[in-house]
Amino acid sequence: MTTQALPRPASVSNAASRTRPARGARAALQGASLALGLLCWHLATQHRLNLGVITFENVPTPAETLRAAWSLLQSPKLAHHLTSSLSRVGWGYASAAVLATVTGLLIGRSPWVRLGLLPPLEVLRPIPAVAWIPLAILMFPSSELSMIFITFTGAFFPILLGAIHGAESVDPRLVASARSLGASRAAVLREVVLPGAAQGIVAGLAIGMGTSWFCLVTAEMISGQFGIGYYTWESYTVQRYPNIIVGMLLIGVLGMASSALVRLAGRLVTPWLALDGSAR
Amino acid sequence: MSARDPFARPGGVALEALSVALGSGAQRFTAVRDVSVSIAPGEFVCILGPSGCGKSTLLGVLAGHIVPAGGRATLDGVRIDGPHPDRGIVFQQHTLFPWRKTLDNVAFGLKMRGVGKQERHQRGRALLERVGLADFADRYPSQLSGGMQQRAEIARAMITGPRILLMDEPFGALDAQTRSMMQALLLDVWSESRPTVVFVTHDIDEALFLADRILVMSPGPGTVIEDMRVPFARPRERGETRDLVTEPEFIAIKRHLLALLRHRQPALPAPRLSPLGDGPSSLPSTSAP
Repeated sequence: MTTQALPRPASVSNAASRTRPARGARAALQGASLALGLLCWHLATQHRLNLGVITFENVPTPAETLRAAWSLLQSPKLAHHLTSSLSRVGWGYASAAVLATVTGLLIGRSPWVRLGLLPPLEVLRPIPAVAWIPLAILMFPSSELSMIFITFTGAFFPILLGAIHGAESVDPRLVASARSLGASRAAVLREVVLPGAAQGIVAGLAIGMGTSWFCLVTAEMISGQFGIGYYTWESYTVQRYPNIIVGMLLIGVLGMASSALVRLAGRLVTPWLALDGSAR
Repeated sequence: MSARDPFARPGGVALEALSVALGSGAQRFTAVRDVSVSIAPGEFVCILGPSGCGKSTLLGVLAGHIVPAGGRATLDGVRIDGPHPDRGIVFQQHTLFPWRKTLDNVAFGLKMRGVGKQERHQRGRALLERVGLADFADRYPSQLSGGMQQRAEIARAMITGPRILLMDEPFGALDAQTRSMMQALLLDVWSESRPTVVFVTHDIDEALFLADRILVMSPGPGTVIEDMRVPFARPRERGETRDLVTEPEFIAIKRHLLALLRHRQPALPAPRLSPLGDGPSSLPSTSAP
């Protein structure tokens, strides 16, 4: 991006610098808070803290977890676990992204589609991924497809809501102008509604990426031999507790990284949103 | 400038007993009642009137964004029944697409016609040069000043060679100096390709400087109460040596128009209507002259 933007009013940048600490201080603070969390975990598990309502007696220590992570890292199974999980989340997420974006734009644009589609979707939305497991097994011919379906349900609704919100926020005057310039209905959707809704869609896609990972353990409870969710769940049943935490952290890190990747891609395809001024 | 289709007819407008009702249910009201006007091809017409007099609504009917309740509107004898690139529209607040650079915004109408990218850009650049934006082709709209945005907006509406240009207080949000520069530019562009122009304003000076003919509208419901020719020869001067605004005839006509508008002010503040017919618009209403 070129940075030829008109200068930002001084008051704005002043206000921003007053509320936001410098880059170095920010990194230090973030690192310190992570270290503090780690220390609390270590102390609670090392001393087998028992607070009555919650007990850390059976929770692995950071050191045990690190050893478990090291052995997983050296295991040939790790690659299988990763590729299985990535492909499940990938397929579920990709199909949700396409379907939810198209559906959301149509719902946001047409009152008829909204009346026709939104009520059943609103009924399905609060149903947690776990509750879908039996039906997912019954509905799909292979367990692989059932698992993809579960990650799909996780990603679908955040993306749908983002797209609906985005489409509703499109300025009707832009649509009117496009039509006066000869745009057909399809061209209005492609040239005006889709880019106009981009901010909402990208926000939905980033949240949906996280919730798709969120549902991975649930999905991989169905069956399988490989997958990080499966590894986590299996570690519980065979009482290899440190591995549970390794699996949990791996899912957390992968989810966070892929959400960041989606955000970055979103920024690259919507350069006009990063400009100063009233980009609508 | 883009060449006009030689077979296209020139842009005569006829409104016959036109009425428009806006809103629904209990909120439904008559915005325009029984307006009959005919506008010659190439004529520059200003519609003058206070907020809520239905002037923007009338523009919306001509653009094809509002369906009249009664009567009919035609362009060269063909009933207007939807938006069409033959009828370009320019809003008070620009409607450039924030996600397209200025050049692609201006060339949008050509893209919708299936014109190839190279020719699109070539004609877009020529038009940008014409309105003084040659150096800003690669900027996004939010990187332009208000006056530049309106120049790009006008260029975009002109690129397909419309028979009629509909303008809804296009310079209303600009400062006085930029506004008079924009008026001169508009007259330049208009005199080259001579589309019919219907220009909505509540600024008497602006109407007298631009128009061949002024239609004065009064609110509640909107009707045309005066249809006058503007007697000044073109080009109209607005300089230090000679200024139209200070001539006795100009002042006399201005006084007459002021009196017309003053007596027709609505008792209650009227809603600001938009050419999209969606009732009071979200734009802040500026005070009538």
